Amino acid sequence: MMRTLLVILMFLSPLTATAECLTRGTGDLGIVIERASGSIKVLDTSRHEVLFRVEGLGDLSHASAVYSRDGRYAFLFGRDGGLSKVDILCGTIVKRLVQGGNSIGGAISQDGSLVAVSNYEPGGVKIFSAEDLSPVADIPATPLETGEKLSKTVGLVDAPGQRFAVSLYDTGESWIIDMQDPKAPVIRRFTDIGRLPYDALITPDGRYYITGLFGQDGLSLLDLWYPEKGPRLILENYGKGEEKLPVYKMPHLEGWAIAGHRAFLPAVGRHEVLVVDMSNWSQVARIPVHGQPVFVMARPDGRQIWINYAFPDNDTIQVIDTESLQIVKTFKPGKGALHMEFTPRGEEVWISIRDKDEIQVYDTQTLEQTHSLPAEKPSGIFFTSRAHRTGL
Amino acid sequence: MRLKRSLPNLLLIAFTIIVSGLAIADITPERQAELIYLLRHDCGSCHGMRLEGGLGPALKPERFRHWSTETLAMTILYGRSGTPMPPWGPFITEPEALWLAGQLKKGIQP
Repeated sequence: MMRTLLVILMFLSPLTATAECLTRGTGDLGIVIERASGSIKVLDTSRHEVLFRVEGLGDLSHASAVYSRDGRYAFLFGRDGGLSKVDILCGTIVKRLVQGGNSIGGAISQDGSLVAVSNYEPGGVKIFSAEDLSPVADIPATPLETGEKLSKTVGLVDAPGQRFAVSLYDTGESWIIDMQDPKAPVIRRFTDIGRLPYDALITPDGRYYITGLFGQDGLSLLDLWYPEKGPRLILENYGKGEEKLPVYKMPHLEGWAIAGHRAFLPAVGRHEVLVVDMSNWSQVARIPVHGQPVFVMARPDGRQIWINYAFPDNDTIQVIDTESLQIVKTFKPGKGALHMEFTPRGEEVWISIRDKDEIQVYDTQTLEQTHSLPAEKPSGIFFTSRAHRTGL
Repeated sequence: MRLKRSLPNLLLIAFTIIVSGLAIADITPERQAELIYLLRHDCGSCHGMRLEGGLGPALKPERFRHWSTETLAMTILYGRSGTPMPPWGPFITEPEALWLAGQLKKGIQP
């Protein structure tokens, strides 16, 4: 009896350990967050298929992900402070820990060795080894005047020179964290950047770190080539004296949309997309759109901008032609169109539609839907091409 | 953005809310389910899907111990000036806000 059991076990164990892992490249793979069920799905963007579903990832409201530079591992940042390393070729969780009480995304270092997490509670940035998620550095945010709480941190991105940049929501700061010596992080703090920075982004070349401000007009711009010059306000006169509209969901600046020398940004409290000339950071145009923009994303070739909207307009997507600045298409794919992700060279865009429990795939040339994949309350979609892009 | 409210206005709002509280019983189970869905997914954008907080504070009963249901309902309906909290009045009625406030005070896992 015992022997039979052993023989069976011998047969079973190598099978269960390896049989489900795929032997293939990951360049055309990605994940979608199923935020209500604490799970993700691994997606094949060439075959429009779901490869795996990975469960047990905690509270994934507002979850985001970055990739290891080999494109095999996704690092997931959950709202509950969970940091998970997922092997997308095996559909398994390699390691998972709860590193904070409440977090808001993260970044992976230029060389891929460090993963940083931005925390609301306790406010600050924690940095881990990408290898085994062992702790490397703990950088608490500035304490609030009112008591023992620390400022929330937002807009954490990686920057060239093995640095991270992050902004502090409550205290209005931007910090550059230099991790060249992981044992001794060097922090450069810029105060008074503006009121209530809510998110930030870095240009694809890694030079400019731009922070959106909720508490005042304008955005804060930091030139990482010349950090000693400090941040300055841009577009500070934008919309001055106009009544702001209520914001039912904060815009996200992560999808930095650049077309030629122009950048496209979501306005805050106005139903507009701002167009900025990057040579002098002046405003070129304000495009009236359907609602409060959440993501303003450029197709990789820069010819189109796709926009989704905050509640109560989150059933609508609009496409802007970057040459004419005209809206070329408005459509309603379903309630809760939460996130969009372009395939690496932009022939398709994948959109999560929360209330239909599906991902819709669109041909960006014809602007027509071509595929649909099931996903439970899908939110963020992240393709492995992010592994090789600064700030994503 | 900033709503200026005088004391008489506040009293009037409070009075309206208390009177309309009588209508709470009229909220159908379907609408209740919609409100909870809204709470989880749309309020959840800032307060977290499990209401444990995010850019906005956690919406747990401990936090509301010293809040009256009416104050909480008013915050939902009119927002909180000087913070990102927007007014939800265009989308939910006063009885609905009172019902939601009651649920939040009791503590719910949406």
